[in-house]
Amino acid sequence: MDFMHVIVEPLALMGIMGGVFGALLAVASIVFRVHQDERIGLIRAALPGANCGGCGYPGCDGYASGVVNDGAATNKCSVGGAPVAQKIAEIMGVKAEAAEPMRAFVRCKGTPEASPRLADYDGVRDCRAAATVPGGSPNACPFSCIGFGTCVSVCPFGALSMENGLPKVDLDKCTGCGVCVSNCPKSVLTLVPRKANIVVACNSHWKGPMVRKVCSAGCIGCGLCAKNCPVQAITIDRDLAVIDPNKCIGCGRCVSKCPTKCIAADQACTPLEQTA
Amino acid sequence: MTELFLLFLSSIFVHNILLSRFLGCCPFMGVSSKSETARGMGVAVVFVIVLASLMTWLTYNFLLVPLHLEYLYTLSFILVIAALVQFVELALKKLNPTLYKSLGIFLPLITTNCAVLGVAVLNMNEGYGLAESLVNALGSSLGFLLAISLMAGIRERIESNEGIPECLRGLPMALITAGLMSIAFMGFNGIIK
Repeated sequence: MDFMHVIVEPLALMGIMGGVFGALLAVASIVFRVHQDERIGLIRAALPGANCGGCGYPGCDGYASGVVNDGAATNKCSVGGAPVAQKIAEIMGVKAEAAEPMRAFVRCKGTPEASPRLADYDGVRDCRAAATVPGGSPNACPFSCIGFGTCVSVCPFGALSMENGLPKVDLDKCTGCGVCVSNCPKSVLTLVPRKANIVVACNSHWKGPMVRKVCSAGCIGCGLCAKNCPVQAITIDRDLAVIDPNKCIGCGRCVSKCPTKCIAADQACTPLEQTA
Repeated sequence: MTELFLLFLSSIFVHNILLSRFLGCCPFMGVSSKSETARGMGVAVVFVIVLASLMTWLTYNFLLVPLHLEYLYTLSFILVIAALVQFVELALKKLNPTLYKSLGIFLPLITTNCAVLGVAVLNMNEGYGLAESLVNALGSSLGFLLAISLMAGIRERIESNEGIPECLRGLPMALITAGLMSIAFMGFNGIIK
């Protein structure tokens, strides 16, 4: 009797409970099976797994199910670039859409020397917070880089660093995911095609005299670049020069004509080197 | 009725499961850095603790007591809770995908959470009936939700505070905050019972 109660009964109870629960779970897993498209798993495996969110989906899992369920484009992953887009297209059985390799670009040359600071900002050292102060920026130019390095801290690839008050893009590390672009309250950071070698490094839509007052390196909208461009790749949009990267042939005439040197040949970016 | 209501209040405030019983401290530190995830975790805990209390009460009173195997309660409660959470996860995934999306990722985390087991064991030790057990479970888990939401709100605010010495930023400050919150909740002591 003692033997039964001390050893057999507990063993039997636990064994039966475990067995019953196991069986229940086994039945439940069949009854409640959710059919998941196997392509989701395949696509997820093809993605780089950086979970940067650059595609606009919450992480690589989200993008994989987005491609299968919502028909998202196969070339949204800027980290993986063309090879990954190719793989996803193969899994989905469609033709790959060519992904233009992008990179982040800083549209501002307003270092503390070039563009004076208007106020001493003493709040949270984060551009997104600083952009909420009256006037929109502690800097004299409300379009300029605030310089607290929010982009540096959000970059999932460590491609940004602060140099003389402005972010600097390490092109070897930049994948063009666009996380910095969406977190920059001033839209100073933007994505440009990797092949674009000549870019306007200013973000100000103010008229020339006003830009002059607040910055020595800003675009004053004079239009010299547009007049001198042999292929009409440059237009002036509300007092800011805009270069169409598809038309630009990289001759560099605008660079030499620009009076404030805000058009720069970004020589660090050798065209088409990383696009293969 | 009055007693049930008092039990409900006391399990939320006086005997708050996190801040005065110190059960389930792992998610209290681990999942409290954002209010959104903290809320998700809290709601999932409410869901699981209430269900688990019901199941463990049934197991104890209809299985262990008649067989005189009460001493097996730890083992059997763990078994029941683990199986229950797994089952709920499977069922939710199929029957209510929206709820699964908001609770789903937290459910496996709760399986082995000591707050869940703690409430079940408390119900047993205090000799609560079914109604009392459920009320105690609901109150305790709402107390968990309250405490973790408060903690997340505070942590979100102190995270970007430049005034905190560097050596105290992050987890050290969170632990100090938790201690202060606990002392504050001790102030409820003696209000009921």
